[in-house]
This record gives sequence, structure tokens and C-alpha cells, in this order.
Amino acid sequence: MRAIPLSYLPTALVAILALVPVVVLAILAADTPQIFDPHNIRVLLNTLVLVIFTAIGAILVGVPLALLTAYVELPFRRVWLVLLAAPLAMPSYIGAFTLYAAFGQGGELETWLGFSFPAVRDMPGAVLVMTLYTYPFVLLTTRSALRSLDTNQVNAARTLGMSFSVCLLKVVLPRAVTGIAAGGLLAALYALSDFGTPAIMQVDTFTRVIYVEYNAFGLSQAAMLSLQLLCIVALLLFLESRVKGSHETPGRPLSLWPTRWQTGMMMFAILPVLLLAIFLPLLVFSIWLFREGSAGFEFSYALNSTYASVLAAIVAVVLALPVAHAAIRGKIGRIMERITYLGFGVPGIVMGTALVYIGLQLPFLYQTLGLLVIAYVFRFLPLAVGSVRTASERLDPSLVNAARLLGATPKEAFRRITLPLTMRGIVAGAALVFLEAMRELPATLMLGPTGFETLATYLWRVYEAGYFGRAAVPGLLLILMSVLVLMLMLTGERRSEIELSDTEDKR
Amino acid sequence: MLKVSNLSVSYGNTRIIRNLNFSLGEDEILMLVGPTGCGKTTILQALAGLIPISEGQICLDNWRATPDRFVQPEKRNVGMVFQDFALFPHLSTEQNIYFRLKNKELAERWIQVLGLEELRHARPATLSGGQKQRVALARTLAHNPACVLLDEPLSNLDAALKDSLRWEIRNALKEAGVPAIWVTHDQEEALSVGDRIGVLNNGVLCQLDTPENCFSEPASRFVARFLGEASFLPGRLSDDQKTVHTTLGEAPAIPINDASDQVDLLIRPDDLSLQQDSTGHGHISWVRYEGGARFYAVQLDDDTEVKVRVSHEHRLEPGERVSLSIITTHPLAAYAKR
Repeated sequence: MRAIPLSYLPTALVAILALVPVVVLAILAADTPQIFDPHNIRVLLNTLVLVIFTAIGAILVGVPLALLTAYVELPFRRVWLVLLAAPLAMPSYIGAFTLYAAFGQGGELETWLGFSFPAVRDMPGAVLVMTLYTYPFVLLTTRSALRSLDTNQVNAARTLGMSFSVCLLKVVLPRAVTGIAAGGLLAALYALSDFGTPAIMQVDTFTRVIYVEYNAFGLSQAAMLSLQLLCIVALLLFLESRVKGSHETPGRPLSLWPTRWQTGMMMFAILPVLLLAIFLPLLVFSIWLFREGSAGFEFSYALNSTYASVLAAIVAVVLALPVAHAAIRGKIGRIMERITYLGFGVPGIVMGTALVYIGLQLPFLYQTLGLLVIAYVFRFLPLAVGSVRTASERLDPSLVNAARLLGATPKEAFRRITLPLTMRGIVAGAALVFLEAMRELPATLMLGPTGFETLATYLWRVYEAGYFGRAAVPGLLLILMSVLVLMLMLTGERRSEIELSDTEDKR
Repeated sequence: MLKVSNLSVSYGNTRIIRNLNFSLGEDEILMLVGPTGCGKTTILQALAGLIPISEGQICLDNWRATPDRFVQPEKRNVGMVFQDFALFPHLSTEQNIYFRLKNKELAERWIQVLGLEELRHARPATLSGGQKQRVALARTLAHNPACVLLDEPLSNLDAALKDSLRWEIRNALKEAGVPAIWVTHDQEEALSVGDRIGVLNNGVLCQLDTPENCFSEPASRFVARFLGEASFLPGRLSDDQKTVHTTLGEAPAIPINDASDQVDLLIRPDDLSLQQDSTGHGHISWVRYEGGARFYAVQLDDDTEVKVRVSHEHRLEPGERVSLSIITTHPLAAYAKR
């Protein structure tokens, strides 16, 4: 009856392009003589240990905090919630870097306090850092499940004679199980894909070994490992798609009024988490800034980061417009949109490997900024698409109809109604892509042209060379970027994903 | 002049609208009424060009739309007032009304007429429901449409506002001298505002006539029930087709659809009067106090139930026996016995 929407063609192209990295890896891996060598088993085990313990750690920290922030009427509860969710916006390599430098013999803490702490490195260190930066996933998903549970269910259980603590275990938590599982899986996915933390903690997981292979010119071996890593990612993504359970209609959530003593105890319990995840990195970078100033840092690093990220943000938004449009228009459009989400699941190191190979095949791309921007766009396009799509979905279709009936052509209606009303979403999407690209490490390391140093890669070079003090300026700048991401999440179009505000819950 | 002939609209294989025919006079207001899901809104969307039609044609001054020749909504010069008002949230009241106007004269006039002067620079989000409705109407009329479509314009407003705004909209439409189709599910609104009423059921137009004729001579029992409280009293039509003999006496009648001999007579609650009477025709089964009146359901001895509305001074209890008489002088509609 109706013609195929115009946006389907560009969307189909984007979707096909999004499949390219995976296809390239498969072709590349076909060159490896053996699919699986004994060394791989150790890497697999390391990865699994890191992933599983991170998920457990994130749940152990995240669930009590979720109960606390969902139900307890703490003073300044919104401030606590924002602070507790903040580590989500920080790249974990910042934490890994500072914890690595602060603890242990000769660490910053020993220099300042005079006695030494046990070192944070190897597997326990990696699990600790990962837990500190992934528990907010569990906190947020669990909290949103807990907030949708009506207080009357607890009241009913109590009037039937059940004690409050038993009630928490038997009535409240079972309802939040899917939320907890979803959060735990997100934490696991993050641990699986992250490059910086295992690399800094010197744990041989897939991401670190892929980078080592790449540096040793074992590109096809790196591709093989990348494919294996992708399989585990796919498995986790599949599990995640299964746990998303029913969404309950929100009721009036429980609220608990603690005594002053109880409030003190709870804050005391929160404190170590915030100290380690937020305060310590800030402190360590500030000490270095105070001690060494901006030695070794060049302004061009920040400029390079900005330049590449701005390009990525623009390209991502231009591509996101037709994709978001197609996703709203029909089923096929939605499927194509899903395919473009693939990049989000592909770890940065894997994307890097695939694009390095493409660069080698297409010499005009090799060692160019263009290739790096392509990598950013592949990885972060879903952020832009999601942002634009939510904004467009909120647009009441009768507004466009009203404009048409007042005599506006489709073009004019788009320019005067659709575009201004979705602008916020478009800008928010561009900003998210920009900020993520600014902080991206592994793909930038692999694809940045020779001599093209960014904030993140400079931080890495400093770590490799051992001149930790020089990380102060890039470190603080990267934390600033993270604060901006957090503010976007709190105020922008992605609010629905985070659900920090309670008014949002009541809808 | 708007002319709709043999219009059908389908979603997939289901026909939502079947064989619709009507035309509108110069400044006529046509009320489309019907129960939820009868296709009222679909008709408006088809006329506005927001959905394609499957059969028939729609003509207005200088265009003609058929299933093969779709006319884009912006080419139709049809104004529409949406149920949710559809004001552009990023534009002020004034900018909404000016939307595509080069000459603002007409816009200024409607801003004055509808009392929007004070609200010129307000954003839609800050307006009340009634104000939004006025802005939506002003925007539509300022663009000088050849025909106005109103999709349940009062359904999102509270009851106190509905009454006054109803007349304000009617007066504005008459002042603009533009034909209008007004969709509602409120029969009282339809009867009081419209020049003509179209009653829809399951996508078919059951009757299209003046409010008076629709109410007193409904084309079917469905229309009779939809437009107001209706009781059906069995009787026998006289040979000259002008009177009906019933248990409550004789009454002037008008047969609908060639009804003859055994018929059911349409009785509205105020066609009857009621007296306490120990012999009588039946007994009161329930009573409802309505403030200015009392509303009685009377069970006749042959088990027919009729409803009567009388002055509130009558105070009778359920179970009391009463006699009824037909007090109306205009002919009552008579339907063939089922």
C-alpha cells in the first residue's frame, strides 16, 4: 500500500557496515593454523574467573546499596544516589591506574601515610577494580525493580505476621531477582570487554592477550582470540535478553525512616566504596598535579582527542538519523536498527583488531584518522541512535499531522516541527558519542596514526613507562569528561535508562 | 462544498467504514455520533488524508480524492482540531496560530474573538485544557480552511467547561461561516450543537437528519436507544397507519420502515405521565431522584418495562401501583414487532 520508507536504504547500508568487523575477523581467523592451543585455556580460565567474580562482587555491593537507596529515607538521598551511581560513568582504567599506583610498597599511600598497604594487582586487584566500577549496574537495575514493588505487599506480609527482615528476603528480593540478574550480567559484560583494567593489573585475559598478540604481529592469532571473546559476549547478551522480565506497574514504594544512629552506620558502610572508587583517583591525580605539574603533557593531546571525537560524534549522529527513523517506521527497520547495535557489544580491542586488518587491506585507510573515527562510530553509534530514537518516539504523531493539515509539506513539517522537537535528543546523542570517544582506550591505541597521542593513549604510555606522576593532567581531564557523562545521563534523553529520579518511577 | 460518495475505509481485510454518503451545506455543522469503535475518528482521518481510502471518493471545492488518486493532507485545505489539541510545544500561542500565515489579519481576528490576547506569548504546556482548545480552534480557523474537522474536541476537558465551550466553538464556526464535521460520543452534545446529526454503528451511517427528527423518529431501535432513554410499548397500528392502540390508550403514531399491524411504540420518559392508582397498569420497580425530577421504572402487568420522568414533587415508593397515560401530542415512532 505504502512505499518503502526512504530511510530504509541508508539504514540498510549502515546495518551492512556494522556486520563488516565480524566478517573480517572470521576471514582473518581462518588463517590461524590452530583454533585452540593450551595457552588459550589459561586465558579463558583467567577471563572466566575475572568475569564471574566481578559479577558476584557487583551483586554483593550493589544489592545492599540498592535496598538502601530505594527504601531508606537518608538525608540528601538523591546526592547519595548520584554519588553511588557515579563510578558507572568513569572508565575503569582510571581506577585501575590510581589503585595500582596508590597501594603496595612504594605506593603513593605509603609515601603519604608512612606505612604500606597490600598491593592491588593481579587477579584480586582486577576483581576489586572491576567490582568498584560495575556495581552501579546492579544498583540501578535492582533499585528500579525495588521501586516498582508496592509498599502494600510488604504491609500485607507484615500484617500476616512476617517479620521485616524475613519479609525482605521472602517478599521483596524475589521480585527483584530479574533486576539483580540483569545488573550482574551487565557487570559481567563490562568485565569481559574491558581492556584497561586487566592490562594494568597484568592479568592475562582475552583483551590483554589480544593486544599482546597484535603488538607481536600475530594479527590472525589476535583475530582468533577476538572471535572466541565475541562468542562469550554473544552468550552473555543472549542471557541478558532472556532475563528482561515483566515490567510491573509502579506503585507507591516502601519508605523507611532510620534513627540517627542507623543513618550513621549506613553512611559508614557506604564510605569505603566511594573512597576507593571516586575519592582516591581524584586524590592521587591531585597529588601528582601538585608535585609534578603538567610535566610531559602537551596541549595537542587534548586537541587530538577532541578533534577525533568531534568527527566521530558528527558522523554518528548523521548516520543515526535515518536509522532511528527506520526503527520507528516498521519491523524491518527495527531489525536493521538492532544490527547496528552489534558494535556496542564488540569490545574495543576486538573492533581495533578488525579495523587494523581492514587498514592493511585498504592502504588509503591505513594509519589515518579516518579509520579511528570509523572505529568510534561503529562502537558508539548505538548511543546516538538510542538518543535520537527516544526523542522521536516521544514526538506526538498528531503534531506532524496538524502541521500537514495547516498546509505544510512533509519537508516543511520536518523542518519546523520534527527537527526542533528532536534537537535535544540529537545533541544529547552527539555529546554521548563525543564523551565516550574521548575516553576510549584500546581501539585508539591500535588505530591512532603514528605520533597521534590522545588523553587516553598518553595515560597508557605513562603507565608503560612508569612515570606515573605525569598522568595528573590527562587523568583529571578524563575524570571531568566522566562528570559530564554523568550529568548527561541524569538530565538528558537517557534518563529513562538510568531512572535516578523518583518522579520518573511513578509513571 | 464537501461531498462524500460511497466512501469505504479498510485496515487490512477489515472494513472500518462502509458505503458512506453525505454532503455538507455552506456553514452547516454535522455531528457524527456513535459508540466507541464505530469508526467516527476514522472518517475524519480519511477526509483529512491521514489514512488512505479503499472505495468511493471525497470532493471539496477544488480537489477530488479516490483510492487511486491520493491527495496529500496539505493540499486539501481541511482544518482539523485534534482530540489532544496537537499544539506545537516549542512554539508560543501566537506562533502556533500564525503557523503558516503570511497575512496575520485573520489570525488577529480569531485571537480577539476567542479571547487569547493575554496568552499570546504563553507556551502550550502552561495553558489549561480550555485555553488549549481555544488556541487549537484559532489556529485552525486562522488558516482559513474550506471545511473544519473536530475530533472529540471536548473529551479531554472537565464537565463544567464542556457546556460553555461547546457554544463558544459553535458560535466561532458559525461566525467563520465554514462547514464542520464534529465527532463526539456524547449524544447530548450532538443534539444540542449540530445542525444535522449522523449516527454511526459499526462503520455504517444509520441515520442522517436534523436533531429533532433523529430523536423523535429514529430510523432504528439502535438510534432510538443511542440518542436517549427509550422504552418500547407493544401496540396495534390502525388501518390508516396514524394511530396505535396500546394498553395505555391510544396515541398518534408514525410507522418507521413500513411497520404495520403489531408494532412497538417508542416512548421517551417525558411522553408519559404517572398517577398513584391502586388498580392501575403496573407497579414501580425502582426510582431514581434526579434533583429537578424523579425518574421511575414501571413494570406493566404484561411485563413490559417503561420509564417515566415526572416532577420531583411526586414521591412514590417502589412496589406502589400506578396508572400511566400518554400525554404527547406529536406522533410516536412505531417499529415492526420483533
